Amino acid sequence: MSVLVYTENWDGKFKKLSFELVSYASKVAEMLNTKAIALSVGKLESGEAEKLGNYGVSKIISAAGEGLNVLDNQVYAKIIADFAVKEGATVVVLANNNVGKALAPRLSVRLKAGIGAGVNKLPVSTEPFVVHKRAYSGNAFAHLQINTPVRIITLSQNSFELIEKNMGAAVENVNVSVDASEVKTQVREVQKQGGKILLTDAEIVVSGGRGMKSPDNWGPLVELADLLGAATACSRPVSDEGWRGHEEHTGQTGKIIAPNLYFAIGISGATQHLAGVSSSKYIVAINTDKDAPIFEAAQYGIVGDAQKVLPKLVEAVKELKSK
Amino acid sequence: MKVLVCISNVPDTTTKVKFTDDFEKLDTSNIQWVINPWDELSLTRALELKDDASTGVKSVTVAHVGLAGAEPTIRKALAIGADDAIRINAEPHDAYYVAAQLAEVVKAESFDIVLCGIESSDHNGSTVGGMLSEFLGYPSVSAVSGLKIENNTLVINREIDGGKETVTVPAPVVAIVQKGIAKEPRIAAMRGIMMARTKPVKVVEPVAVDALTGIISFEMPEPRAACKFVDAEDPKQLIGLLQNEAKVL
Ligand SMILES: Cc1cc2nc3c(=O)[nH]c(=O)nc-3n(C[C@H](O)[C@H](O)[C@H](O)COP(=O)(O)OP(=O)(O)OC[C@H]3O[C@@H](n4cnc5c(N)ncnc54)[C@H](O)[C@@H]3O)c2cc1C
Ligand SMILES: Nc1ncnc2c1ncn2[C@@H]1O[C@H](COP(=O)(O)O)[C@@H](O)[C@H]1O
Repeated sequence: MSVLVYTENWDGKFKKLSFELVSYASKVAEMLNTKAIALSVGKLESGEAEKLGNYGVSKIISAAGEGLNVLDNQVYAKIIADFAVKEGATVVVLANNNVGKALAPRLSVRLKAGIGAGVNKLPVSTEPFVVHKRAYSGNAFAHLQINTPVRIITLSQNSFELIEKNMGAAVENVNVSVDASEVKTQVREVQKQGGKILLTDAEIVVSGGRGMKSPDNWGPLVELADLLGAATACSRPVSDEGWRGHEEHTGQTGKIIAPNLYFAIGISGATQHLAGVSSSKYIVAINTDKDAPIFEAAQYGIVGDAQKVLPKLVEAVKELKSK
Repeated sequence: MKVLVCISNVPDTTTKVKFTDDFEKLDTSNIQWVINPWDELSLTRALELKDDASTGVKSVTVAHVGLAGAEPTIRKALAIGADDAIRINAEPHDAYYVAAQLAEVVKAESFDIVLCGIESSDHNGSTVGGMLSEFLGYPSVSAVSGLKIENNTLVINREIDGGKETVTVPAPVVAIVQKGIAKEPRIAAMRGIMMARTKPVKVVEPVAVDALTGIISFEMPEPRAACKFVDAEDPKQLIGLLQNEAKVL
C-alpha cells in the first residue's frame, strides 16, 4: 500500500505547489498508516528531485526519457497509472490545476478509481473514504464518499500548509521510453508568461474591475502589485473589453484562485466573480459604492474613488517597505 | 467531420444555492436551469466551425445524460443551432457514470470531435471530458481556448500553468474547453426556437455502470466577519491592519 503524489515540474523545477502536494500526500499516508511516494515525470534539473524529500515522502521516483517533453495527456496518464499499480497506491494525489485536471480523470478510468476533485482539506474519514471538496463554484462544499479501493484526489491550490519532514528518501531514477507513435499531441508554438508572477501561484493578488474606468488608469494598480510582489488580475468585463489580457480574468469562467490577500478594486462583487476568488484568506475592497456586494465578501474596505485611493495606497506601501 | 458537444444542465450562475434541511440535496425550488456556460461556448464554436465550409464539419450534435426534466435545456441547444440531440435517459450519478454513458454514444455514432466543458458549475468536477477520452482511447487536450481545423488535424490553443501552447492533434479527439474558445455564446433567434421544436432528440437507455462516488452532504462556507471600513483619506491604516491584524503583508 502507498499514497502516490504526482509532482509536475516547470522546466525541470518544482514550485511551492509541488511541496504543498507532497506535504498533503504525506499526511494522508499517515492517516492510512502507510508511506508516501512522490512521482515526477520528465527531465529535472540536478538536485531538484531531492527537494521533494523535505516534505515527508519515503521515496522519490524521477521518471524521464524520450517523448516526454510534450504533455500528451494519454501518454502521461498511462505512465502515472503504471507507477500507481507498481507501487500499490490506494490514493493518488494531483494538483487541481490545468495539468492535474487533464490527467486525473484519465487515471480514474485506467485505475477504476473514484475522484475527489478540488479537495481542500485532509480526508474527513478513511473508512469510508470521504473528502471535503468545492461545489457550486465555491458557494458551497460537498462531502464526497469515494467507494473504490483506489482513490484519486486533486488538491486545490493554497489549501494546505507546507510540512517539513525529512525521512531520508532516496531518489530512484527510472528511464521510461515512449514510442513516438503514441504521442499524438505535437507542440507548434509555446508562449511562456515571462518573468511575471503567475496568478495561480501568487500569495497576493491586486485586481481591477470596470470601476477602474479606462485601460489607461492601470499604472498605480500595477505599481501596487509590483511593490507587494503580487500578481495582477481583473474582472471579466475588463478582459472582454481588452483592457487587460484574458489570462488575468478571475471568476467562475476565468481563473479560480486562493491567495492570502485579494484586492478587489472597482469590482462590484458579482456571484460569478466571487466564485473565483472567495477562497482568498482576506479580501480588501475599494469601491465608490458603499452598498456594493463586494463589501459583503471583504474583511477590509475603503469607500472611495480608486483613482484617488490607489496612489495613496502606493505611498503607504512604499513607506512600509522603506522601514 | 461530426462534432459532439456534451452539455450539462446546471443552475443559473446567479443562483444563491440553498440545500434541503438535511443538507443532503440542492433545494431545487426556484432554480432556473441553464446550459453549463462552457458548454454554451463549445456549442457556439462548433457551430462557427460548421458555418465555415472549409473545416469539413458537417453536423453538430449535443448529448446530455439526464432525465426528461432536462429537455428544455436540450431544446435550447437545438434552438441555438445544434442539428440534433441525444439524451441518455438516466440520473447523472457521478462523473464516471456520465462519461461511461457518453462513451457509448460516441462509439455508436463515431464522432470525430467531442467537446466537453472544463467544469460543470454545480459539482465542479472537471472530470467528465478526461474520463470520456480515456474510455474511448482518444487523445485529449485540456484547457482549450482556441480550436481550428486544418486538413483533418485540430490546431488547438491550450493554457498551461504559466503560458500558452499551440498544439496539433489528429481526430478523433476530445477537447476540454475553457474561456476564449468563442467570444460570446450564440443566442437563439426566433427562427431557431421555432425550428428546435421539430429537430430530433434521440432518447437512449443507459448501459449498466456503477458510480464510483456519491455526495453524502453539502456544507455552506463559514460566514465571513463583517467588513472593517477604513477612511479613504488614510490607506496607511489599511496597511497597518493587513500587516498587524491579518498578518498578510
Ligand atoms: C455565465 C456568466 C459567467 C460570468 N463569469 C464571470 C467571471 O468569471 N468573472 C467575472 O468577473 N465576471 C463574470 N461574469 C460577469 C459578472 O456577472 C459581472 O458582470 C462582472 O463581474 C462585473 O464586473 P465588474 O465588477 O468589473 O463591473 P461592474 O459590475 O460594472 O462594477 C464596477 C464597480 O466599480 C465601482 N466603481 C465605479 N467607479 C469607481 C471608482 N472610481 N472607484 C472605485 N470603484 C468604482 C462601482 O461602484 C461598481 O461596484 C459572468 C457572467 C455570466 C452571466
Ligand atoms: N450529465 C451530463 N451530460 C452530458 N455532458 C456532461 C454531463 N455532465 C458533465 N458533462 C460534460 O462534462 C463537462 C465537465 O463536467 P464535470 O466533469 O462535471 O465538471 C461539462 O462541461 C459537460 O461538457
